[in-house]
Amino acid sequence: MKMLDRRLLTDRIVRGIASTLAVLALVLLAWILWTLVYRGATALSLSVFTEPTMPPGRNGGLANAVVGSLVQVAIGLAIATPVGLLAGTWLAEMGRGRFADAVRFVNDVLLSAPSILIGLFVYELLVKPFAGFSAIAGAAALAVLILPVVVRATEDMLRLVPGSLREAAFALGASHHSVVVHVLWRAARAGIVTGILLAVARAAGETAPLLFTSLGNLGWSFDLDKPMASLPVTIYQYAGSPFDEWVALAWAGALVITVGVLALNILSRVVLAPRGKASK
Amino acid sequence: MTVDSSTAPTVSSVAAASLTKRGHVDVGDGVFRFALNAAAVAVLVILGAIVVLLFKGGFPALKEFGLGFFLSTDWNPVTEHYGAGVMLYGTLITSLIAMVLAFPASLGIALFLTEVAPERLRRPIGTAIQLLAAIPSIIYGMWGFFVVSPLMASTVQPFLTSIFGPIPLIGVLFSGAPVGTGILTAGLILALMIMPFITAMFVEIFTSVPPVLKEAAYGVGATMNEVFRAVTIPYGRTALVGAVMLGLGRALGETMAVTFVIGNANRIAATLYSPGASIASTIANEFPEAGPGSMKLHALLELGFSLFVISFLVLALARALVRNRMEG
Repeated sequence: MKMLDRRLLTDRIVRGIASTLAVLALVLLAWILWTLVYRGATALSLSVFTEPTMPPGRNGGLANAVVGSLVQVAIGLAIATPVGLLAGTWLAEMGRGRFADAVRFVNDVLLSAPSILIGLFVYELLVKPFAGFSAIAGAAALAVLILPVVVRATEDMLRLVPGSLREAAFALGASHHSVVVHVLWRAARAGIVTGILLAVARAAGETAPLLFTSLGNLGWSFDLDKPMASLPVTIYQYAGSPFDEWVALAWAGALVITVGVLALNILSRVVLAPRGKASK
Repeated sequence: MTVDSSTAPTVSSVAAASLTKRGHVDVGDGVFRFALNAAAVAVLVILGAIVVLLFKGGFPALKEFGLGFFLSTDWNPVTEHYGAGVMLYGTLITSLIAMVLAFPASLGIALFLTEVAPERLRRPIGTAIQLLAAIPSIIYGMWGFFVVSPLMASTVQPFLTSIFGPIPLIGVLFSGAPVGTGILTAGLILALMIMPFITAMFVEIFTSVPPVLKEAAYGVGATMNEVFRAVTIPYGRTALVGAVMLGLGRALGETMAVTFVIGNANRIAATLYSPGASIASTIANEFPEAGPGSMKLHALLELGFSLFVISFLVLALARALVRNRMEG
């Protein structure tokens, strides 16, 4: 009986430790979010979204940084989505054998490559040989980040489409591409969109790949050949500055970007993929 | 994770082939297949270009300093002598701290999410913990710098010193001035960042254990803890190691959070409180001062190339471990 008591006690202790750790994780999440709200909300006002960044001493905002981020993410997405969709489809449809395994492996390498190396790569590829730092280089770096996520999501989602659906379409005499476009992509749409949303959330918060590509810009710029501001890079510059109002703006920006990124994540997890298969 | 891939594509290719024989296929199919192939090749080309450009960019530094580049702890822009020793040490030690902290934490949380928590709470708590992984790394950096570091300096580090300080050998690690920013804080923040990632994979591994095995153990009277230790862990051992290594790969390349809290000093000290530098933080910090064509830029690119090689090896190993288990 004593032995059994000890075993039950150990079990209870292990349960207790596991629960404590989970609670600790939740507390840390709440702590981070609270810090953002507490420090960011005080600096948050309408002018943050209407005024561009200004020299210290004048009350500026982050409007050009927000717009710059949106522009670069949008271009990156426009580059990466079609390529990723096609490559993922190739893996799902014809991806057998050694070459396909290689593509899959390479895609995994891209997926886990440190993002700062993507920045260095695009610097060597687009910035150094051409006219210097530019919004388009920043967008290209984000595209390299988004691409492997889209490839993975597309392949996984297409493989979940029931074979009977595919066979039915072929039995009607549909060509391969119309089966893919009209049946498979349509059936897997929710999952693929989820993957793309998660990729966008990841890209929107990335700082490192933009440091050496779009560089940042203290004023308005819509010229894709020129350096362009982005929210993460501006936050990075402001958070490390000695000016209190810049640090406050950095917190406001941090709050904005986190709310945006988490909203995208929750949207994709809860609304679009209730079964959670695509949520990685 | 693994999806049945054997049947579906075969059906489609057979059907496509028969269509071709009958001549019903329009030009569209050929173009479509070409586009698919081209996109797949593009993925390979991008990685190839990354490897080539990073290697080429860093090669002058390798030629100038030889293999000593990786051992030398001298990083001196004045004498134009660059070595990666400090950064390699900083990268490895911060990642090691992160693994030591994140592995048990992930194990516990994954156990909680799969066995301990009431069914209703599993999904919301799991999602909340995954949100930690979604927070951009610059946020961790700011939080780490403005909130955690002061706390480390005022409370945590003096506390650790009072506990571990008197112990020989280990005490050295927790000695020195508690400044807050440094190796230990960087490792701590990294641990928090990779924990949700490792947890998610652990949960997947734990749920892939056949229920029959667990039920058999419960049937002979084992407690949850005993089932976990005797069935779940041994069943998923290789995959667990692989998952931890995937987490390690993330920690090695993490940039912004580490840049904020590591203190950015080009030296190695025995104490974990001392400021240091990682490969990624050095690249982020020193890049603006490295003009095109300068030896410093080459050295930074060589650092980048070595980081790529390290994370590539870690990923390849992790992938092999995870996959072995899945196929076996």
